[in-house]
Amino acid sequence: MELDSKIPPGPLADKWAYAKSHYKLVNPANKRKYDVIVVGAGLAGGAAAATMAELGYNVKCFVYHDSPRRAHSIAAQGGINAAKNYQNDGDSVFRLFYDTIKGGDYRSREANVHRLAELSLNIIDQAVAQGVPFAREYGGTLDNRSFGGVQVSRTFYARGQTGQQLLLGAFQALERQIALGRVQMYTRHEMLELVVVDGHAKGIVTRNLVTGAIEAHAADAVVLGTGGYSNVFYLSTNAKASNATAIWRAYKKGAAFANPCYTQIHPTCIPQSGDYQSKLTLMSESLRNDGRIWVPKKQGDKRPPNEIPENERDYYLERKYPSFGNLAPRDIASRAAKEACDDGRGVGASGRGVYLDFADAIKRLGRTTIEERYGNLFEMYHDITAEDPYLVPMRIYPAPHYTMGGLWVDYNLMSNIPGLYVTGEANFSDHGANRLGASALMQGLADGYFVVPVTIGDYLATQMGKKVAADRAEFKQAIADTSDRMNRLLAAKGTRSVDSFHKELGTIMWDYCGMARTAEGLKKAIPMIRDLRERYWKEVRVLGEGEEPNQSLEKAGRVADFFELAELMCLDALERNESAGGHFRVEYQTAEGEAKRNDDEYLYVAAWQYAGENAQPTLQKEPLVYEEVKLATRSYK
Amino acid sequence: MNLTLHVWRQAARATDGKFVTYKAENISPEASFLEMLDVVNESLIAKGEDPIHFEHDCREGICGSCGMMINGTAHGPIGATATCQLHMRHFNDGDEVTIEPWRAKAFPIIKDLIVDRSGLDKIIQAGGYISVNTGSAIEANSLPIPKPVQEQAMDAAECIQCGACVAQCPNGAAQLFTSAKISHLGLLPQGQPERYSRVLNMVETMESMFGSCTMFRECEAVCPKGISTDFIARMNRDYIVAKFKR
Repeated sequence: MELDSKIPPGPLADKWAYAKSHYKLVNPANKRKYDVIVVGAGLAGGAAAATMAELGYNVKCFVYHDSPRRAHSIAAQGGINAAKNYQNDGDSVFRLFYDTIKGGDYRSREANVHRLAELSLNIIDQAVAQGVPFAREYGGTLDNRSFGGVQVSRTFYARGQTGQQLLLGAFQALERQIALGRVQMYTRHEMLELVVVDGHAKGIVTRNLVTGAIEAHAADAVVLGTGGYSNVFYLSTNAKASNATAIWRAYKKGAAFANPCYTQIHPTCIPQSGDYQSKLTLMSESLRNDGRIWVPKKQGDKRPPNEIPENERDYYLERKYPSFGNLAPRDIASRAAKEACDDGRGVGASGRGVYLDFADAIKRLGRTTIEERYGNLFEMYHDITAEDPYLVPMRIYPAPHYTMGGLWVDYNLMSNIPGLYVTGEANFSDHGANRLGASALMQGLADGYFVVPVTIGDYLATQMGKKVAADRAEFKQAIADTSDRMNRLLAAKGTRSVDSFHKELGTIMWDYCGMARTAEGLKKAIPMIRDLRERYWKEVRVLGEGEEPNQSLEKAGRVADFFELAELMCLDALERNESAGGHFRVEYQTAEGEAKRNDDEYLYVAAWQYAGENAQPTLQKEPLVYEEVKLATRSYK
Repeated sequence: MNLTLHVWRQAARATDGKFVTYKAENISPEASFLEMLDVVNESLIAKGEDPIHFEHDCREGICGSCGMMINGTAHGPIGATATCQLHMRHFNDGDEVTIEPWRAKAFPIIKDLIVDRSGLDKIIQAGGYISVNTGSAIEANSLPIPKPVQEQAMDAAECIQCGACVAQCPNGAAQLFTSAKISHLGLLPQGQPERYSRVLNMVETMESMFGSCTMFRECEAVCPKGISTDFIARMNRDYIVAKFKR
């Protein structure tokens, strides 16, 4: 089937206004006749659920946590971008749009990104009205800071807990609608299947994580705000439960998966310390405002950092990218750290680390100011490493953090399955091949508060009188398939734990589909993943029963889907014979080691569709058309 | 390092529970407390025993999912630290560690160390929000907020809803949690229109499910975000004013 991006006509800056004026509407008295399922209650899901309930739709919201406030959006630290230009430093909607397109290495849709930049203004207003305590100046107005890949200060923040505070805003809006009876909240319910009736998304199947009951839920439309898939690497900055199952189940029901190989490796995470390591902890990019990144000039220099004199340090980002310096975009900063470590100049016991040093900033601004800006991050670092970053430089290393790829959606955020909407990190839409810092919160909230609640009406207006009941054959089949998968996992009765398989998969992905990829490596990885997946279904040991709380069974289902997704990521990475943003193919680089795009052949969105068990998925290409922005080689020098 | 754990195991709410003793062996002092439990669970799975169930997610001290009584103290021996941020370097080789679920009548056990904390969400539903629909917000900078007010509101807003305050309280009271949300919103100008109805509704909902506060202040001592009991005083003052206004 053809993918239609449904980009509205007219000049770029007028497209969203045009679209809003031309969508079909559902009249206020009819809205309560429509049921909408929202899966996930982070920024993208929670904001959508609350807003659609405010509009009058009947919303059912599903989360696997004990409370919607646990979603992983809560862990975002640094901030949220908006083109308010409060700092009078030349910012504008166009500049935010342009920075995002450029930061994404010219692999995103112009129209979507422009809408995102426009909506950034409304998000800040909405969040402040909800009581989000953003940092302020002494005069009472809002404060901003800088983030990577831009030269203005447009990032709004609430200490190092911006994600937490924005999520609490959405959570509180959602709880208000729950209290009003407009949202039916299903906590501790995990979506395990999408139900498609006559080609339209009409419901989901969930497992109740307390009783184990597998249940079907019908609705007029389904919204997935279920986050990204960085946990395919096992070690990532994502929360332990973050998984791809919801979007993967949708993929297997026909939804196209776009650009799965676009993954973001974040440059500033605390390095791994041992085999028992269960996750990696991010240190906010905002630290690069004041911290300076360096490694020793000499290979194998094991002196403590404070004993290495200034002239024997290589501040490599400042050296290579003088105009952006320590605020180079994430993909570039990560690769530069890897290069320094590959060159034998890495620090720490493992040699996989670089310094992020605040000594100069503390000298310049005083300890109090640094404490005010980053206090909680410094504490977290101290807790984890037992080193005091006020006295010795932090050690950091890149780690998987965000996935730009996700389910394919049109301009209205609807997938190619009518009635299935996808918001936030779960879709592919706005960040191209690399996301800029402080833009994930912006996108999640733009999608959730302002886009889907409007665009969904255009679809629902066509669904009058087409309600389906959850006792139809399609639902029964989906329940049977889900139970069957759970039972197969329980029945394997093998010898190895789920985690041991997940770690092994993560190692393959990190080695062959991580920061640097080669055709040769990817060709090696695919059979390795297939082989491991086959062994998984035979050798995995999932104890306990299906009809009780069973954390091993929950994990087992998620990891089973990661195996399949991992293979698709490698396939996509292999097919894209160029380097773009977070996708770095070693064969395609400039003489200086920068990513080398191939706009003639790869200026498209790669949308993959499921073609059956063990069959090669079909690839559809949505060409990217640039009308406003001139394609150029990204330069941060 | 090697430790001996005494862990509360309970298959379901309706069944009886008991302490079971496990060995935690070859634990790195750099590992987190939850990573230590991961290691124990891997050894249990290898032996064919059901792994210890506990809630956790972000493992960065912010989602509020994790929490257990460690030697009788919520989140363990180090102050202002969630269980996931507690590291094994704070224990000694050969230590005996007792691990229990949150202890509170309002938090019934689901399995092992997992409890039902949904009562806290119900308190938020009673008024822990500012009633503003999407789209009707005013321009953000048209409402100046003095920096000290915003800072104080942020101190309260940092609560992660883990429930440690309730678990540690001899009365099982939720005053610290409730007062943090009431203060966060009540300090800000945006929160003024609903300030007094909010405090009445939230306090009354809280009292219907949780114990009453008699100012032991154990909550403050174990709060992973170091939230101050000053906010309880503030809530009480607002509540009395609200009573007279009604």
